[in-house]
Amino acid sequence: MAKKSFRQAINEALAQEMRRDPTVVVMGEDNAGGMGAPGEDDAWGGVLGVTKGLMAEFGRERVLDTPISESAFIGAAAGAAATGLRPVAELMFVDFMGVCFDQIYNQAGKFRYMFGGKAVTPMVVRTMFGAGFRAASQHSQCLYPIFTHTPGLKVVIPSSPYEAKGLMIQAIRDDDPVIFFEHKVMYDDEEEVPDEPYTIPFGEANITREGDDVTLVAFGRMVGFANQVADKLEGEGIGCTVIDPRTTSPLDEDSILESVEETGRLVVVDESNPRCSLAADIAALAAERAFGALKAPVRKVTPPHTPVPFAPELEDLYIPTPEKIEAAVRSVASHAA
Amino acid sequence: MSADIQAVTMPKWGLAMEEGMVVAWHVEPGAEVKAGDDLADIETTKITNVFESPAGGILRRRVVEAGETVPVGALLGVVAEAGAGEGEIDAFIARFNEAFEVRAKEAAETAPEPQTLEVGGLPISYLRVGTGEGTPIVLVHGFGGDLNNWLFNLPALAESHSVYALDLPGHGRSGKAVSGAGLDDLAETLGGFLAAAGLEAAHLAGHSLGGAIALQLALAAPARAASLTLIAPAGLGPEINADYIEGFIAAERRKEMKGVLQMLFADPALVSRDMINDVLKYKRLDGVSAALRAIADAVFPGGRQAGALAPRLAELAVPAQVVWGEADRVVPVSHAEALPETLRVHRFEAVGHMAHMEAAGEVNRLILEMAGPA
Repeated sequence: MAKKSFRQAINEALAQEMRRDPTVVVMGEDNAGGMGAPGEDDAWGGVLGVTKGLMAEFGRERVLDTPISESAFIGAAAGAAATGLRPVAELMFVDFMGVCFDQIYNQAGKFRYMFGGKAVTPMVVRTMFGAGFRAASQHSQCLYPIFTHTPGLKVVIPSSPYEAKGLMIQAIRDDDPVIFFEHKVMYDDEEEVPDEPYTIPFGEANITREGDDVTLVAFGRMVGFANQVADKLEGEGIGCTVIDPRTTSPLDEDSILESVEETGRLVVVDESNPRCSLAADIAALAAERAFGALKAPVRKVTPPHTPVPFAPELEDLYIPTPEKIEAAVRSVASHAA
Repeated sequence: MSADIQAVTMPKWGLAMEEGMVVAWHVEPGAEVKAGDDLADIETTKITNVFESPAGGILRRRVVEAGETVPVGALLGVVAEAGAGEGEIDAFIARFNEAFEVRAKEAAETAPEPQTLEVGGLPISYLRVGTGEGTPIVLVHGFGGDLNNWLFNLPALAESHSVYALDLPGHGRSGKAVSGAGLDDLAETLGGFLAAAGLEAAHLAGHSLGGAIALQLALAAPARAASLTLIAPAGLGPEINADYIEGFIAAERRKEMKGVLQMLFADPALVSRDMINDVLKYKRLDGVSAALRAIADAVFPGGRQAGALAPRLAELAVPAQVVWGEADRVVPVSHAEALPETLRVHRFEAVGHMAHMEAAGEVNRLILEMAGPA
């Protein structure tokens, strides 16, 4: 099996679904590049090259470069989805949601409900998120809690290339609007990814490590950090179960609760701002439904409640690190049963 | 290097195994051990299994203690005759460990990779190990399995024989667009595989559905089969656990799949998170559900076995044996009763449907006995 990067895995998912289903189209700023101006066709493939090569195979009719107007093309994608296409629209940075959020949360996310179940909206919004790219506070946020908050949207946060391909194909085949979060620091991560198309169901967490002492729930890039910590602490006799929920809506509450029932200790690692975050939500879940099992306070490992700093030193301090996760795990593990 | 000092090293069970943990030793230092005796329990990320001593003599040293994890090929212990001096053994260990890094690197570079042959228009994936020049051994897995099911068998069989393990149509890395899903179609594919691999004949060992396929081929094309080892085979009676077949096809999630896979083993603890994940990764591939459905409908229609091969066993022109676990919950061990006397029947207590995993050492010996010296 070939090793593929996170970027290649998503590109392959898009290409395979476009081959399989002629209603799948992609659109976004410079998704091909070179449209409407002198220059080379297929010059870009999106700002970080994820859609590169699609225009050469599928042509301009199915790979659309859009104007820099998110409200227009995200709205166009919602309309196209409601009328028979399966668009995959690229909202370059999730930080730009501010100019097109009405199209997502008040339109696409409510079509099924407002039309009595008679409308489906099979659209995917691909969007980059996350800090660590030296891209400053308007290009570095983790805004998935806002989308998770909205009924009618499905929210996917892949944590590796294998996960990204299977979840992207599932997202395209899904009949509801799916917001697909791609961590920009992970595009060159590599692992073995099957050549064939495959799907990973939404709403089932992936258990990436198993241990008896502490449950670690982590999202996106934080899953790899949590795995590192689990591997390190296993050698010291602290066993961690690491849970990657894969999707925050739907959320696999059962896997989290079952693990907390066994370990009695929970650490949630979330790169988004701490207030109203997934970390807060999952801590509340454990407090409400696994209270009797808890042997230690629930710990959240998150950035501080500030914009993502531009100064590299401050940005590095802002992001949760394996060291911070390890400290949190040690603090709960030291609470005796 | 003194000939009567022998290294016992971490085995490689399956393509993905890189390291293993010694869970427990069964032999004390200084005690006598015969080749094939239970030496230690070894745990990989996928499964725990008994490791049999590859050498006979006295276990002079345990280099790795229980609880330690070491890479594949690392020195676990030293077996030697009483005559070998302590100094000689120390020197042997030092030489081994010095050379180990180099060897590990070479092994990683030459590790066998699955290859592909086109059979009847479908890519068939297979692994070839061993360099024996005699008639090769060909291993055929069961419904929903793949060539990695033979992880405990491939290393032992490959010591003396050329061994091929293939992925059936719709399984593993083979093509998923299964055109003919009946026993005769699948047997034809197996025959086509042997031809494509340039094998005139082979010692066939098949598990479950793979056993029925091997048997069907031996009946249809006797020249292809040099011998048959049928492990908990389908084809010898009407009963099959439909909960297993249907559960396997339906399971999309970890928990469902865990319950299904536990039916395969006498010891359900053998079903690890990694084993479940590997099966789910396979099941998520496009085309797998349709392929499994087609095979199940053709071979196990209405939850019963369609192919009744038992009455034809008397026609078998080649030596054959049947291996069965008494605790099989998928195909009942009662199918091993009332078989023609020409078939040797071996039954193992406290072993489930996966006898080649749960009683790997014994099953390896039986396959090798049947295959004869290379």
